[in-house]
Amino acid sequence: MSTHDEFAESLMQEASVCPSGLTTWNGSDPFQRFAVYRNNVIVSLIDALADTFPVTQALVGVKFFRAMAGQFVRAHPPRSPVLTLYGDLFPSYVCDFAPASALPYLGDLARLEVSYVQTYHAAEEESLTISELSKLLSNETTLSQVRFTLHPSINVVRSRYAVVSLWAAHQEMSPEKVLVSIRPDVAEAVLLIRQNLDVVVVRIEHGAAEFIENLHCGAVFANAVSTAFPFNLETTLALLLRYGAITHYNI
Amino acid sequence: MIQSPSDGFCLVDAAQTASTRLPCRAGIGLKPEHFREVISEQPDLGFFEIHAENYMVAGGPFHHYLEIIRSRYPLSIHGVGLSIGGQAPLDEEHLSRLAILLNRYQPEAFSEHLAWSSHGGTYLNDLLPLPYTASSLSQVCEQIDRVQERLGRPILLENPATYVQYTASTMTESEFITQVIRRTGCGLLLDVNNVHVSSVNHGGDACEYILGLPLDAVGEIHLAGFAEEVDTKGAPLLIDNHGAPIAKVVWELYAFTLGLTGPKPTLIERDNDVPELRVLLTEAQQADAITRRLFPNLPSTTEPQKASV
Repeated sequence: MSTHDEFAESLMQEASVCPSGLTTWNGSDPFQRFAVYRNNVIVSLIDALADTFPVTQALVGVKFFRAMAGQFVRAHPPRSPVLTLYGDLFPSYVCDFAPASALPYLGDLARLEVSYVQTYHAAEEESLTISELSKLLSNETTLSQVRFTLHPSINVVRSRYAVVSLWAAHQEMSPEKVLVSIRPDVAEAVLLIRQNLDVVVVRIEHGAAEFIENLHCGAVFANAVSTAFPFNLETTLALLLRYGAITHYNI
Repeated sequence: MIQSPSDGFCLVDAAQTASTRLPCRAGIGLKPEHFREVISEQPDLGFFEIHAENYMVAGGPFHHYLEIIRSRYPLSIHGVGLSIGGQAPLDEEHLSRLAILLNRYQPEAFSEHLAWSSHGGTYLNDLLPLPYTASSLSQVCEQIDRVQERLGRPILLENPATYVQYTASTMTESEFITQVIRRTGCGLLLDVNNVHVSSVNHGGDACEYILGLPLDAVGEIHLAGFAEEVDTKGAPLLIDNHGAPIAKVVWELYAFTLGLTGPKPTLIERDNDVPELRVLLTEAQQADAITRRLFPNLPSTTEPQKASV
């Protein structure tokens, strides 16, 4: 085992021992000093998650969140030094995290938060103008065979729970006033897209979210509109046009 | 890179140290919470420094604001994730991301750490210590050669703040750094706070440490705050947390250092509990005041300026 193997292993273990080969000038316990590194690693990674998941943290409280995040950090440490997008596996970890099972919506809410960060940092791309698209949209035969490319910043989240309302409540100064009126077991869906420098979060119908997901996966228009849940195609298209959600198409 | 005298008072230094073209004034770390204020207020500062990894994103506001700010100020890019002191070969993917970022923003300086932060495919998000031996020396030198070759420029290497030492070490940190600089031709990012922290933590003398370094290679100085704890023998154990104002003792060590090196680009580093912009600007002014006190004959600079390219 190399020096760094042992050091790295001890950093990530919950009950760890002091790696061998460390010394201190005054004979003080090297493990206490080594613990500074352990603390830096775990705390900084928990902090990174807390930055990405502020509403998840608010819903369970700081203490619970940090304990859950700490376990996640040890189970799924980052693979890359680019931490901005660290935590993409956190939502599914939260879903399966037994102590949080009383809040079944927590994992989906975390998914919304990670989508928000992805949208915020996504690539730039010019949108097609309404005039470029209007001709296409008016010819039904052509339209049915079109594949659209959506803006890289687009994300869609669908949930069996009211995660959009819960998230929105936490953007208010006093979330508790709004939270009391939210029924968590109402299904909600949301579209996230960047407009100028801001992330726009738009509540949409479930079927519309499915439609957008289908487009995103490269389905031709005629197939993309066939969704399990009904939705208003006209308002959905209007929404996509208003936010410049379409960047390319091919027939 | 020869600078014209109108670019400030860096003429001699720029000729000696090609690894930095930053002006010899104080700069601060650029924080997202200050983006808008920096753009609207245009504070008079020597430069801004960013952490490379925070800008390794495809698009969005970070690049938008950095583009604007970079067009107005000299820029230093500081990497925290290259793991130069690691035992595995460098992460070429990460090195490519760095090359793209440097190519895009053309910073006046690029720096990294004498430390490791990745191991076995895991990123540990801290600057971890390495033993100072003949074998780690050749490994570090190979890594730096590779970085400099890939990035097509000399880098500045930062001395670490450490909490433990290795029994296997056969040379002091100053000796190790000196050898690295001699062999690779990289420059030195002298973190004066790290010198103080490590000296206290290992019962050493900060001035002696600094005197043991190749000071002609200093391309930039870092100043930051630390937290204080005690070890199991009751001796002070300082933690380099970048979360506090710069301590008086570190300001004094800074003045001592400048007396030896001459004026240097100096960063006020604050990554935790980031205060309002004006607080960081005040610390930058304090650093500039020390330079002016020590070198009263230097031309004063009042406008934000860019070093010549």
